[in-house]
Amino acid sequence: MTNSLLRLIKANLAKDLRLEWRSRDVFNAMLFFALLVVVIFSFAFEPTTEESRRLAGGLFWVAFLFSTIVALNQSWARELRNGVLDAYRVSPAPAEALLLGKVVSNFIFVALLECLMVPLFILFYNLSSAGSIWQLAVILFLGTWALVINGTFFAAMSIRTRNRELMLPLLLLPVSIPAVTSMVGATTAVLTGDGSPLPQMKLLAVYCVVFTAASFALFDMVLNAE
Amino acid sequence: MRRSRQLLALRHRHPAQKETEITPSAEAPPVSVQNVSKIYGRTAAVRDVSFTLAPARFYVLRGENGAGKSTLLRMIAGLNQPTQGDVRIFGHKTKDTRAHVGYMAHAPLLYDELSGMENLRFFGELYGIRSDDVLQKAMQRVGLDPALTRRVGQYSQGMRQRLSLARAIFHSPQLLLLDEPFSNVDPESSTQIAKLLADMRSAGNTILLVTHQLGLMAELADEFLVLSAGELVSQTSSRRTDA
Repeated sequence: MTNSLLRLIKANLAKDLRLEWRSRDVFNAMLFFALLVVVIFSFAFEPTTEESRRLAGGLFWVAFLFSTIVALNQSWARELRNGVLDAYRVSPAPAEALLLGKVVSNFIFVALLECLMVPLFILFYNLSSAGSIWQLAVILFLGTWALVINGTFFAAMSIRTRNRELMLPLLLLPVSIPAVTSMVGATTAVLTGDGSPLPQMKLLAVYCVVFTAASFALFDMVLNAE
Repeated sequence: MRRSRQLLALRHRHPAQKETEITPSAEAPPVSVQNVSKIYGRTAAVRDVSFTLAPARFYVLRGENGAGKSTLLRMIAGLNQPTQGDVRIFGHKTKDTRAHVGYMAHAPLLYDELSGMENLRFFGELYGIRSDDVLQKAMQRVGLDPALTRRVGQYSQGMRQRLSLARAIFHSPQLLLLDEPFSNVDPESSTQIAKLLADMRSAGNTILLVTHQLGLMAELADEFLVLSAGELVSQTSSRRTDA
């Protein structure tokens, strides 16, 4: 990665963080959505500790998947206000810098949300991990990256469509099924201690590499599509 | 003198240029549009338009609403691809000469949540410009105070237009494409912008401007291009040039 590309990624990241700090469009939307999911599910089910361990992985990732979808639409919508994306498109800066800057900023927002929501999940579902916390941390990292890289790419694809709020889940969810299955499987394995999470983690890592490479290869085409 | 200055400027390779990006040839025309059409569904926004722009001249693109002026400008800027035909900037494809083109659209192309300088710093980075001096000068040239900490969302429409122009010129582009730069700008600011554009033309830059305000343009323009229903119906020299 050249120095100028790194500087451009940094510039895009700093801009996104500054815009979010001032508007809080993305984070507030994600936080309230995730909170609602946790609270509503905790009222809907009253699981025992053992049931909680089996269900928590699924609930946790479904909450973050839908929260991420809410956030991603917002993060691209601000690039359309005042036609500002056109200013990027007429510049000599490479499209990849915009994608990576946005992926990293979205990753930071989702990771922050996870830091806030994990204690709440533990509290509401009376959770304790039977497996390694470090494995859980790796699963969180890989799972978040998988959601964010795909989500950012598909949000860019859907942003100029008329029904973008509908279009993003339609594009993103089917493609995310292998990742979600791996995340949930690995998280459940760590929480319950039943079986090894490693095969699912490997699958998740491969998914991240493949979709990161594909997103980078295709993003210039997506950005300049009419 | 003007020609040698232009040749010197074209030799400069922009730090943000990609490896594949080409330094444009000073011999090729700044803009060459050959048989360009743009069709949306069953509607032709631009039909078989051809023209060439010479260096260091000021062109005004006129036409009624919906004549295809903005579509044509967007194709020259590389934002839209022609359905048919070819657009060349300094003899190269539009995507290879982006560092040498300044584009100001009808929308301001600015972030409302950032201040004027914060906007310019971000866009400056895209062009490899990291010097605040360069960006401050661009703001001063359009009559804005670089020390203004107000966010762009709180700017008046006229101030946004001027900042948008500063964004289009801070990297000293050889070709400047402007879509209605005088809309919502007060008369005093319009005169200031017109003087700035005249100075840029004198410095060897080529300007293509879309406007309805022909009053100001009569003194500035070298040539008028007139579009009607997507077709180029005339390309005439202005009285200023004839005189």
